[in-house]
Amino acid sequence: MRAWIPHLLRAALLVVLIAFLVSPSWFDPLLKPLVQDNAPAIYNQGSLLTLTLLHLRTVAIATTGAIIVAVTLAILVTRSFGAEFLPLSRSLVNVGQTFPPVAVLALAVPILGFGEKPTLVALFLYGLLPIFENTLTGLTTLPPSVMEAARGSGMTDRQRLFKVELPLAMPVILAGIRLSVVISLATATIGSTVAAKTLGEVIIAGLQSNNIAFVLQGGLIVGALAVLIYDGFSAIERVMARRAGLAARS
Amino acid sequence: MIEIDGITKRYDGITVVNNVSMTIEPRTVTVIVGTSGSGKTTLLRMINRLVEPTAGAIRLDGDDNRSMPGFELRRRIGYAIQGHGLFPHRTVAQNIATVPVLLGWNKARIDAKVTELLTLFQLDPAAFANRFPHELSGGQQQRVGVARALAAEPNVLLMDEPFGALDPIIRAKAQADLLAIQRLLGTTIVLVTHDMDEAFHLAHKIAVMDKGALVQYGRPAELVKDPATAFVQTLIGTSERPFRLLSIETAGDAVEPGPAEGQPLAETVSQRDALSELLWSGRAALPVAATDGTILGRVTLEGLTRRAAKPQ
Repeated sequence: MRAWIPHLLRAALLVVLIAFLVSPSWFDPLLKPLVQDNAPAIYNQGSLLTLTLLHLRTVAIATTGAIIVAVTLAILVTRSFGAEFLPLSRSLVNVGQTFPPVAVLALAVPILGFGEKPTLVALFLYGLLPIFENTLTGLTTLPPSVMEAARGSGMTDRQRLFKVELPLAMPVILAGIRLSVVISLATATIGSTVAAKTLGEVIIAGLQSNNIAFVLQGGLIVGALAVLIYDGFSAIERVMARRAGLAARS
Repeated sequence: MIEIDGITKRYDGITVVNNVSMTIEPRTVTVIVGTSGSGKTTLLRMINRLVEPTAGAIRLDGDDNRSMPGFELRRRIGYAIQGHGLFPHRTVAQNIATVPVLLGWNKARIDAKVTELLTLFQLDPAAFANRFPHELSGGQQQRVGVARALAAEPNVLLMDEPFGALDPIIRAKAQADLLAIQRLLGTTIVLVTHDMDEAFHLAHKIAVMDKGALVQYGRPAELVKDPATAFVQTLIGTSERPFRLLSIETAGDAVEPGPAEGQPLAETVSQRDALSELLWSGRAALPVAATDGTILGRVTLEGLTRRAAKPQ
């Protein structure tokens, strides 16, 4: 296996993506065959770059919120005083995951109005579960001898959490965040049904005017973002796992 | 000095440690032996309050060990466990520095201590300080685990089957190193094991635990001579008795004046090993040499046989 081929492909994908966002007109000839005469091949009701950045911003805000709540919750229920809340918090987070984002939007719009806010709520709820479950797994599968040594050397509960438990669980927590981000990137598109500024706008415009080129470019940008961000997170996880001495044994 | 006074631990009505009282002299090695489930580890863990007793008290140099918060107590007591428990995400130097950092020592003092301990445990500081635990062999990991336990210069070191995960060759070396370091630093060591050979090799005093109770506490020779119960007798092993006696003292303790032929024995080897060497070489006597090579005298088959006989 040549190890550099995947890296080359990712780099090429990144270059194409940036080129497309900065200067979409270059790609006009490629998409032209997909549209009927006179119809535009490149989205023309706003800047693709701006929409992409707004899309990423929505995902970033929702995921940050989900990380704070899910990690805090997982830490609380793995402490001795919070253990009895474990089943309750598990079912709460599961409800967040099973509730369809579309339904969340429908319920949130009357309260929060149209725009970004209902989308943030839907993405936040949808992103909780992977982060919560992974943090829980990371914190409950630590090597017992290491935990015993941490207690035996006189660390307080707080010192154990920040100096030993979280650093060792970090690769698993990051995997949960990665999953959550990728799900949110795709799900954010439906936010445009309630007038949130995301790449979903391009796809919806394409569906309304029967313009396959619009649908394709909206979908491909989201797909490319997901692949690149997924790979970025995986790389960070590998570095952290190596630092935590976890990868070396496999 | 560690005074254990009527200590009892019950979990949900099941008594794990039952009214144990014993006094551990300073600067000695005390080994707690017993089968699995005898309560020996629970007893050890009550000394640094990883387990809180149901009844009774433990005093360290006269002070009740509940007179300060548990984490502060544990910073003053060394603790080494089976499978070392090194922090995998920290370097060897950071692992050893764990307790000094918690105690807020300054960097220069910590660095000096880490270098001192690595050197003491025969690990080159330049080569090992920045390695991660998974880059070390099992024996090296174990040594770093003990070095970490000794970093804050504790008076007391608790060890829970510290050599259990090592192969026999490395284990013998680790035991010898531990005795040398104990003599050098004067640390009071309380060690839990189920390995009777280890107990007789290391202990000044042995405490035998059976079903939560302390059935006998005394010098190794006393256990062989007067086992308190049938359980102690079984643990020592009837056919092992003469060899147990010989494994307590060193060849240096059995030196007699007089000449002998052959390869000299080191004075630090046990009398059991000396006997083995005599039998194997087919000689009736072998010279004993000090560490600097001077001949101290000889050990004889006859002399060792006398020492292996039932004490009167």
